[in-house]
Amino acid sequence: MSESTAIAHGAAEAAHQEHPAYLRHHFENVEQQADATNFAMWIFLLTEIMFFGGLFTAYLIYRNWYYPAFVSASHQLDVRWGTLNTLVLIFSSFTMAMGVWCAETRRRKGLVLCLGLTFVLGLAFLGIKTIEYGEKIEKNHVPGFHYSLNSFLDPEHDAAAKQYGDKPLPLDMARHTEVYFSLYFAMTGMHALHMIIGIGILGYMMFRAWGGAYTSGHVTFVENFGLYWHFVDIIWIYLFALLYLISRHP
Amino acid sequence: MSGQNGHAQYKEGGNAHHIVSPVVYVVILFALIIGTAATVWASFLELGVWNPVIALAIACTKAILVVLFFMHVKYSSKLTMLTVAAGVFMFLVLVGMTLADYISRAWGNW
Repeated sequence: MSESTAIAHGAAEAAHQEHPAYLRHHFENVEQQADATNFAMWIFLLTEIMFFGGLFTAYLIYRNWYYPAFVSASHQLDVRWGTLNTLVLIFSSFTMAMGVWCAETRRRKGLVLCLGLTFVLGLAFLGIKTIEYGEKIEKNHVPGFHYSLNSFLDPEHDAAAKQYGDKPLPLDMARHTEVYFSLYFAMTGMHALHMIIGIGILGYMMFRAWGGAYTSGHVTFVENFGLYWHFVDIIWIYLFALLYLISRHP
Repeated sequence: MSGQNGHAQYKEGGNAHHIVSPVVYVVILFALIIGTAATVWASFLELGVWNPVIALAIACTKAILVVLFFMHVKYSSKLTMLTVAAGVFMFLVLVGMTLADYISRAWGNW
């Protein structure tokens, strides 16, 4: 018995020496493992497309139903903040892509720097979003008991509405601006949650990258996280267009 | 034996890992910045129904650039390309059919 286990043990050890430590035993080779993991990541992203797709569809349908309310409510968003945040996210996608390149070409410090920049830009995005949310809270544009219709019933006394020359909405239509802000907070909130999760994983990756975990030929984790981060960027590209831009001219 | 067979088939279908050059990333970064500037600028113009069309067209262009280059789909295996295409197609079918239902349900009753 002891002999056979010794042989089995020896065989396992020999097998371990033939391949890198990060190759799981159920894969033929590293390439197959990387392709399978990449495929799985894309399947996950497809479920994310479907998830956000539901929100986008709800937005399109309600926008068609309550068009004047959605136009007036959209005028309460500041295009400058939205543009700045779009640029911040595009830069963070760029630094993430450069991070993947650093991992592939085994530049440890470059990878840590790129992940750090992505981390900081992600936080900057959330900071700007916090300022925007703060404005909504101040004007009582958060759906709920304290929701205020003043900006839509009396646009003359609202700086943002006046800027667009908004006409007062009838009460029943003005009430539907709450639907816009419900969707606004649901969509940007779910997006922000994805950012927060991403920033958390970035912190973990910076810690691991400093120890050289991703610069020894095994880049799958960095690569697949990059896919997630770019996906979140794409969602924002559409949110920016739908929430901020398309209703500027009624 | 079956393992070896699978191995051989896999080798034929597999793609070598392609490293995308930083030059490509910089070019795409600038294209995305220009796209952002263009979509904000277009939103200031009075174009009627074309405002949302242009905004979404630019957003789609930017998204395609991100998917192809930042997400490496241009350099990926056919399996990855098919997966992405299937996802986009499925999404469009679901949104399209839902919207078609909402548009046509009360047809003639308004």
